[in-house]
Amino acid sequence: MTARRGSMRHTIRLACPPDVVWAMVGEAARLPEWWKGIDECTVEGDTRTILTRSGLPMPERILTVDPELRRFQYRITSPLLVEHLSTIDVHDLGDGTSFVVYSVDAEPAVLALIIAGGARAALTNLAEVLGVEIVA
Amino acid sequence: MGRKILLVTTDQQRFDTLACNGGTLSRTPVVDGLAAEGIRYERAHPQSVVCMPSRSTILTGQHPTTHGVWMNGVPLPVDAPSVAEVLRQAGYRTALVGKSHFEPYFDPFLRFDENALAMEGTTPHGGSRRGFEHFETATHGAMGPLHYSQWIIKNHPEALGMFARAVDDSLQVSSEAGGDTGAPQVKVNEMDRGIYHTDWVADRTIGWLDSLDPDADWFCWMSFPDPHHPWDPPESEVGRVPWRDVDLPAGYPEDKALRESIIDAKPRHWRAWYDGSLVSNYEAPAEWVPATLTPDQVREVNARNAVEVELIDEALGRVLDRIAERGWGDDVDVIFTTDHGELQGDFGFLFKGPYHVDALMRLPLVWRPAPSSRTAAGEQAGPSVVTKPVGLVDLAPTFCAIAGLEPAEWMEGAALPTDDVDAESRGFERVLTEWDSELFGTSVHLRTIMRDHYVCTAYLPGTSHDGTEGELYDLADDPLQRINRWDDPAMAQIRSDLLSDLWDAQPEPRAERLYLEAPV
Repeated sequence: MTARRGSMRHTIRLACPPDVVWAMVGEAARLPEWWKGIDECTVEGDTRTILTRSGLPMPERILTVDPELRRFQYRITSPLLVEHLSTIDVHDLGDGTSFVVYSVDAEPAVLALIIAGGARAALTNLAEVLGVEIVA
Repeated sequence: MGRKILLVTTDQQRFDTLACNGGTLSRTPVVDGLAAEGIRYERAHPQSVVCMPSRSTILTGQHPTTHGVWMNGVPLPVDAPSVAEVLRQAGYRTALVGKSHFEPYFDPFLRFDENALAMEGTTPHGGSRRGFEHFETATHGAMGPLHYSQWIIKNHPEALGMFARAVDDSLQVSSEAGGDTGAPQVKVNEMDRGIYHTDWVADRTIGWLDSLDPDADWFCWMSFPDPHHPWDPPESEVGRVPWRDVDLPAGYPEDKALRESIIDAKPRHWRAWYDGSLVSNYEAPAEWVPATLTPDQVREVNARNAVEVELIDEALGRVLDRIAERGWGDDVDVIFTTDHGELQGDFGFLFKGPYHVDALMRLPLVWRPAPSSRTAAGEQAGPSVVTKPVGLVDLAPTFCAIAGLEPAEWMEGAALPTDDVDAESRGFERVLTEWDSELFGTSVHLRTIMRDHYVCTAYLPGTSHDGTEGELYDLADDPLQRINRWDDPAMAQIRSDLLSDLWDAQPEPRAERLYLEAPV
């Protein structure tokens, strides 16, 4: 596998207004509520540190928390990664449903795959945590 | 009390590494002995040549297209059908000891129960997982959360750094070289043999068997991580097979011009990997260039592989001795096989990938039926050899047959034939193998049929292929698969017939495609 940088996207459509979704994903400290496998996180200023279930601490820098765009962006600053950017966008589909896009760009590419794999499961869990249906 | 079942799998072992299959490097008296009493298969193929899809086939009795694990890194759904569960429901005690790999190893969030379970014990939540009531896991080293790693960390922390590194700082499969020849994934391992994972798997299997009631019926999948790379067997054992004395394998053309002309007659991703311009899959080191492989490196890899094969044979012998001591010897069916092969120098390559040739597809498979079953059935005891094609997809229905159960309706294979007459009467004519990989913009898709004496692979459109390419080998006059006859006009009708059969025989696809969640 020769690619050094990887880009992955996962999406989900939820049967609830975007503000309901944003209230959860836009709040940095609430990540452990909807991402299974992140047991703890602390937020100090623009620094968030998560602790994965395997005991791995991951420092992150929060770049964007934009309630108008409903966009949340962060970088994992662990030396495991050469570079990383994750973006969560919550879109209003105008029919009472939301479309959530979780994008991961990372080097090494392998970590994009692993983070995005976790993100996909987290999006599914988000529906359960919010108590809303996933719209096909 | 019925027949008990010991399924022994290794990882990435070639057909020709067993003495009973003509191998000359390893001494394998235990498996040879099983073959001498039972059935040896000359044409057993996997349905995928990488671990997760192939192991999922063993468990489900389905082709990858059906169970959905289309490449490494795609987890088998927890509710996927399982022959172990069928046996458990029938009253069998069930265990998996060693390498499972139904779920990805790269798992920092411990999302996958196979990884999380090792932190908690050996009994899954709810009493069983995938039909196994005892789950004790290991892989090729002491990385990650698996039971063997936890055991090493707790009892032998000094050994942690003795294994070869599986991945490098970029989390790519490591190209680190070692040994006497600088071969990739070779490392001198000073670890004591008794704590190496091969003996650990045997020890833990014995431990589980010892916990059982004497009257219990049981199904145990004993799954050795070797002889998969890295080739780092305990150094104390390496002298068994001096690499300088090893003949180059028949599949390795030492002459560079010949080697490259053979590769160039195959679809283009062969040459691209050889030159290092395309590593299409995660299962080979990203930074290693096959064109740099030397004859001595081939010798050293083969020698170390042979040592690992011998250690497995000896470990299996210890388990069979314990089974005999428990008084079960006559009542146990033993099936020995592997999940896929290893290139091991063939055509100038190591490791594995989308290359459907015998190195990766022709597997060792030996079934020693319980001696008591033959007596009870009045069958003729004695060895047999099956030359008709069979697959790992046939294992699950075989276990059902041993247990006196009808195969589950979701199983796609049939109970293994006991000889060629049986095979012919039950239609064992073909075996299918498939490859799909899509990783960061590189995709490869192959569909292969083996029947009569032909191996025919159709390439679907992908990064390097437009869907017109293929490989066709006539094993009758080209057993080393050096002459690709895909475009040979003299073979046009045969190719057409094989392709018709290939497409007609494709299994039922899973309704929804599963996601790739990790590299492996």
